[in-house]
Amino acid sequence: MSLSRWLPHEARATQGAEVAAISVAAQDWRGFAQDVAAAGGRLLALWATPRQPGVHTLHAVAVAPSQALFATATLPAGTPHYAGIEDVFPAARRLQRALFDLTGLRSTDADTRPWLRHAAWPVDAFPLADAAMPTPASQPVDDYAFVRVEGDGVHEIPVGPVHAGIIEPGHFRFSVVGEKVLRLEQRLGYVHKGIERRFTELPILEGHRLAARVSGDSGVAFSWAYCRALEQMSAVELPGRASWLRALALELERIANHLGDLGALGNDAGFAFGLAQFLRLKERLLRATAEALGQRYLLDFVVPGGTRTDPGSAGAALLSRCLDELASELPVLRGIYEEHTGLRDRFAGAGTLAPELAAWLGVVGLAGRASGQPLDLRLDAPVTPYPALGVRRCTQAGGDVLARVNLRFDELNEALRLVRNILGSLPAGAHSIEVPTPSVGAAAAGLIEGWRGPVVMGLEAGPDGTIRRCHPQDPSWHNWPALEHAVIGNIVPDFPLINKSFNLSYSGHDL
Amino acid sequence: MLKTLRQIARTGIVTEPPPPPADELRVREALGERVGSVLGRALCIRQVDAGSCNGCELEIHALGNPIYNIEALGIRFVASPRHADLLLVTGPVSRHMEVALRRTYEATPDPKLVVAVGDCGACGGIFGASYASCGAVSNVIPVDVVVPGCPPSPARILAGILAALRGPAVDAPQSR
Repeated sequence: MSLSRWLPHEARATQGAEVAAISVAAQDWRGFAQDVAAAGGRLLALWATPRQPGVHTLHAVAVAPSQALFATATLPAGTPHYAGIEDVFPAARRLQRALFDLTGLRSTDADTRPWLRHAAWPVDAFPLADAAMPTPASQPVDDYAFVRVEGDGVHEIPVGPVHAGIIEPGHFRFSVVGEKVLRLEQRLGYVHKGIERRFTELPILEGHRLAARVSGDSGVAFSWAYCRALEQMSAVELPGRASWLRALALELERIANHLGDLGALGNDAGFAFGLAQFLRLKERLLRATAEALGQRYLLDFVVPGGTRTDPGSAGAALLSRCLDELASELPVLRGIYEEHTGLRDRFAGAGTLAPELAAWLGVVGLAGRASGQPLDLRLDAPVTPYPALGVRRCTQAGGDVLARVNLRFDELNEALRLVRNILGSLPAGAHSIEVPTPSVGAAAAGLIEGWRGPVVMGLEAGPDGTIRRCHPQDPSWHNWPALEHAVIGNIVPDFPLINKSFNLSYSGHDL
Repeated sequence: MLKTLRQIARTGIVTEPPPPPADELRVREALGERVGSVLGRALCIRQVDAGSCNGCELEIHALGNPIYNIEALGIRFVASPRHADLLLVTGPVSRHMEVALRRTYEATPDPKLVVAVGDCGACGGIFGASYASCGAVSNVIPVDVVVPGCPPSPARILAGILAALRGPAVDAPQSR
């Protein structure tokens, strides 16, 4: 069955529209997923919205070649289970488990272990369905059923939630023989802080502030995705300059994160020089960003209707100078990384994620492109101004740490080129316009390719300018399971390096 | 190798002088004078992300870059609370991290200092307190210094750490 049967006529006519909203009958949910998969599409987000008691709507955002879809299915009252799609899209497994923890809606999947719920609320409370705030479970720490690996000489290494470095908390359970990793099982949810319920307490015109803080390293991507959803609901046309400034901010965010990662990857391979040099460049960029756009990390730059500030010609010139300096220093550092045999020895062949496996797991974003998965929303479901920017797609086929390092270098160069293009041809005009409050029941999805991968924001308006439902989906949901596969057969001491090469979000995942 | 050395020479020393301690960020005077003399300027920090969005972590990372160069001040980040003199905690404290944060605090030898970083660590920030969030760090463990900001700049975090290190005013009550 082809994908086009799901598209409404108007969406078929306007191929390339940002996101086509479609409605799917509850009994067709699996059929829809299978058609998306058969067309080479990817599941990007999955969530549910509790309606009246017992009635839920199920939502998915998928991207198929040249078309992004926002699907909604209404499950009639008394539906005990909806049809799971974890065999079609493996990443749906954890999404479905989390969906139950928060809303009480169960899929047909046999794995019914909790995912986001530890002990903050009891098994029969559902933070997004219950009107009252859930109270903590009686046990302060719960007992999670890890999969045990048995056999001669197998032992377990539990790591976390508090890790040895300056990183976010999560738990990793390694089953090893000697130094070799037989299996890794992740347990996440430690930084679950109730973001989705918190959204429903905020005015819809202020939700972008919380959106930016879903994952602090991707503030521009999340706040832009939120604002795109909102602006589609209100049907406002943004001034050209507003969109171009947002793209400027998004690419600066990409550059800053890639610089930090390249330094940290050198450091994790024992090359402190790399960390010092790349963090020096990153600091210079952050200072220029703060001077031109008002903040080092642009958590409050994207606002409904445009951007909070305008760099003006002086700010643009300052950023230009900074980026010219960066562009002149990068080839030197890349050359050093490429010629350093010790570094290459650690990078090459470590944490390999083969393209076939990446395709099956539905790995997205930077990690996907380093394993030959081409999806890049800037090309495949672009928002203004990306069609006008002529983004060059970067991919690597190797799937190892080295491929993810090389991809970062390639994307860094491309982002530098894009930013210089943007600064050279910024449209004149206003950087922001007024956005009216959307009417109750209006819903839309915003999709932005952040530095880590595709970021999705599903948004629905409540009465009087409130938020009925807001669901952020970080690309890490799709890539965490891939990390479990990538470390198999590697040695334990390589795990920090492999983990860093993916650099997935905990906060964006745990919500 | 030659390229690496050339790049080091070309870069030179880019470290800036540290900010003065921001004494106004101190919220507790309970530790007594001996902290300063026991810990001196060789301070070991254990960073704990107790629920942050990762924004504060990015700025804490920056403290290690050659511009802020925190190690040149005798301050370093360590891998275990057992080795730490000071906990640098970001929040809000999620309920799922509450036990881990308490245990980390208990595992840190006395005398110890706690610096809460960011608006969320200070008061719960935009996430507030809820079924999943305990809010401010001080709702879970005692806090000596609070550095607000979203995220606070590296210089501000450093000024907060230096303020924690300074012993209390001479006439402050002695609790130990």
